Amino acid sequence: MTDQATEREVGRARPRKEDARLITGQTNWTDNISVNGLLHMAILRSPMAHARITRVDVSPALERPGVIAAFSGADLAEGLGSLPCAWPVTEDIVLPDHPPIAVDEVRHAGDPVALVVARDRYAAADALEAIEVDYEPLPPVLDLEAALAQDSPLVHSDKGTNSCYVWPLKTGEAFDSVRERAEVTLTRRYHHQRLIPNAMEPRAVVVTPLAASGEYTLYSSTQVPHIVRVMMAVVTGIPEHKIRVVAPDVGGGFGSKLQVYGEEALALAVARRIGRPVKWTESRSEGYLATHHGRGMIQDIEIAANRDGKLLGLKVDLLVDMGAYLMLVTPGIPILGAFMYPAIYKMDSYDFTCTGVFTTRTPTDAYRGAGRPEATYAIERIMDDLAVELGLDPVELRRRNWIGHEEFPYTSIAGLTYDSGNYEAATDKALSLFDYDKLRAEQADRNRRGDSVRLGIGVSTYTEMCGLAPSRVLRDLRYAAGGWEAASIRMLPTGKVEVVTGTSPHGQGHVTCWSQIAADVLGVPFEDVEVVHGDTKASPQGMDTYGSRSLVVGGTAVHSAAEKVVAKARKVAAHLLEASEQDLDFSDGVFSVKGSPDARKTIQEVAFETFTSHDLPDGFEPTINAEHLIDPDNFSYPHGTHLCAVEVDTETGQTHIRSYVCVDDVGKVINPMIVEGQVHGGLAQGIAQALYEEAVYDDEGNLVSGTMTDYFVPSAADLPEFTTERTETPATSNPLGVKGVGEAGTIASTPAVVNAIVDALRPLGVQDIRMPCTPERVWRAVREAQA
Amino acid sequence: MTRISVKVDGTTYQDEVEPRLLLIHYLRDRLGLTGTPIGCDTSNCGACTVELDGVSVKSCSVLAVQADGGEVTTVEGLARDGELSGLQRAFHEKHALQCGYCTPGMLMAARDLLREHPHPTADEIRHALEGNLCRCTGYQNIVQAVQAASEQEVSA
Repeated sequence: MTDQATEREVGRARPRKEDARLITGQTNWTDNISVNGLLHMAILRSPMAHARITRVDVSPALERPGVIAAFSGADLAEGLGSLPCAWPVTEDIVLPDHPPIAVDEVRHAGDPVALVVARDRYAAADALEAIEVDYEPLPPVLDLEAALAQDSPLVHSDKGTNSCYVWPLKTGEAFDSVRERAEVTLTRRYHHQRLIPNAMEPRAVVVTPLAASGEYTLYSSTQVPHIVRVMMAVVTGIPEHKIRVVAPDVGGGFGSKLQVYGEEALALAVARRIGRPVKWTESRSEGYLATHHGRGMIQDIEIAANRDGKLLGLKVDLLVDMGAYLMLVTPGIPILGAFMYPAIYKMDSYDFTCTGVFTTRTPTDAYRGAGRPEATYAIERIMDDLAVELGLDPVELRRRNWIGHEEFPYTSIAGLTYDSGNYEAATDKALSLFDYDKLRAEQADRNRRGDSVRLGIGVSTYTEMCGLAPSRVLRDLRYAAGGWEAASIRMLPTGKVEVVTGTSPHGQGHVTCWSQIAADVLGVPFEDVEVVHGDTKASPQGMDTYGSRSLVVGGTAVHSAAEKVVAKARKVAAHLLEASEQDLDFSDGVFSVKGSPDARKTIQEVAFETFTSHDLPDGFEPTINAEHLIDPDNFSYPHGTHLCAVEVDTETGQTHIRSYVCVDDVGKVINPMIVEGQVHGGLAQGIAQALYEEAVYDDEGNLVSGTMTDYFVPSAADLPEFTTERTETPATSNPLGVKGVGEAGTIASTPAVVNAIVDALRPLGVQDIRMPCTPERVWRAVREAQA
Repeated sequence: MTRISVKVDGTTYQDEVEPRLLLIHYLRDRLGLTGTPIGCDTSNCGACTVELDGVSVKSCSVLAVQADGGEVTTVEGLARDGELSGLQRAFHEKHALQCGYCTPGMLMAARDLLREHPHPTADEIRHALEGNLCRCTGYQNIVQAVQAASEQEVSA
């Protein structure tokens, strides 16, 4: 007998099944799709942030060569409803109308005003220039605080306010009361710049209509084909059963493709109108205006503590930039963060308020981490400042306040029940890998010498709520859908296996991981499993991929469906082997009779016998296929400790990350290679927020960082080598013990880097630097502190 | 319209093209060679990198007419008789791709690097690939894959 543990698929660093096509160019990105008679759609977008449309004339475009049709917003208004917001977070939330194409007013630069359909993409782009539009400028609304003033111009004049909603959460002792008894209080204001998600594949949509039967297939570069299908039915009035949505190969999403976009509705509406297949592909610059942005908030945070470091309470007031319209889950993003500000710490009082504000900018919505990076940033930044105030080491301050490993399950002050965790273990491992004490000694030495290049050490601990989500919790948060996930397993006659999943991967490696999970439960070779996803016809039920939910909810559904297959197969095997079910062992895919090891049937043989159905138990439904839907009881709570050492050149403002160590606890691991890759990518995006990226608008509301030349997506040369390690505290809320890993790196790394920079410069009097911490900002901060 | 003759991945094509047609659109829309994707409109991302007459170019920055008489290799021409190139193997084994959208360009740029510098350091790899953006991997495994490939073979 070989060691069984080494044969198990779960836990193995399997190179991915997905790669074979991706490394040879045999891909199926939406923009690759070509069908007979395909037409290309191009969209004319508003050059102004805010204006009344007084005239649109598309007729000159129709004269251009190759043009088949052209439409204004008014031309398409009939039969095209408002784009949906599925997360009206309060009862009295302001829900503005959001037409997929503007009819009488544009509210952000890039708002669609007209479109052209032509025989090729060049002809379509050329013809846009011929469309005539007259605008009457209206004042832009850009400043979150000024937007709430009585006399502010309004983004949606019919609503009478720029305030979208106010969402409070107050738990424990009143904050005023803990402020009263606290020995120390600190208040800080932090800014989260807007970020542009920048999935490498720009968005694209193809719609192929079947006019005779009124059926439509919509291919879209989306994370959420199932949600898109429902919403397209709602927006266009085409019956849901006549719409098939396919997410072919999708080149990254990071939340930006967790959306129901106007262009999807427009391509569908136009294909219906003209009865021809239509493709739209955004250019990168167009996407910067048209694809939603992330972050964009001002955080006022107050922390109350005693001199010994014991935290008493936290007060958080957010002003969040919704942008011009509410997209699918725009208002809910900061609410996902609302529960995470208390993080891993124990305290007596929590007082949170979030105000959503309309501005004349591209709408915001989910971007990797979605509310939780913002929360972690604020608490971890102020914890560092509190440590300085109290003269404590920042790690020591955290240690004095975090939930001990023996205290789980623990209900946080925000009301979440953390099922498991071991913050001590992760932190100790990180400190040792980082060589914390040695770096502190070097830092002290450089400070003493007055070195022009300072060393800074940034600490960040975190937990996050993943595995979205228990449907009843979503109901309580006023989210319009559930959080379940579906999987079914088809045992084919030859013993091969198809796993059908409701998750919709776009780089995460679900095909590989779901194969590993199913192979273990069924005892079949990894190679014998195929995974079907991303097509509402082939995988009719699903809630798709976002919020680090796919493994926790979808992977668990695969696991449970496979267990059901085994249970059914056991009945058939018992019948064939003339034994009772209880007398059968099942191991490595083989049913055998206890005590007579020669009496055996493989599950793959059982699949064939079930296919022929010649000799099944009486009354047995002739299938061992199984389906499982799961609605999780709780979120999952990954956690970890990240440490960053930076060298900051005080003369040039240049920051160099010297070392970055993270220890993440994502529970049990299906494929360690994929987990590590997810952490790497998350770190890159979190570090990019700290150092490089910002969607910059001018005073008129124009997006200044409007191309990839102006928006700094870091390259290999801009990022360090990471040291990534794990601790493994299994989640208790699902049978796999998994927690999710997609967002961990992004959540923890931003505060780790900024804390490190501020730590380096604090001896020079610098208290804070606004992100991104560019050389210019660092240099100015140093100059101002010394002035 | 201008008549061009271009050899792509071993096959010679002759076509009438508009002088303004970009090489990437020629490959994708005219020849149906969609293995090479488009990631931006400002030559920043490098997703469309191909080899033209022995050097890597961003095919969004080259006109199809400029490739007249030339020889183009794309990601689709890297594997020979079903045998992956060393770089392709290394990208797979080191998990150097996630969504895979940047991968064709990354492979072509890395191939160019290894031709010029068969044994680059990690730092040299990072700088050589500066013109190719990846949003998924944080680049660490890409660097490791290129290093692994450089140890396997002198020319990719």
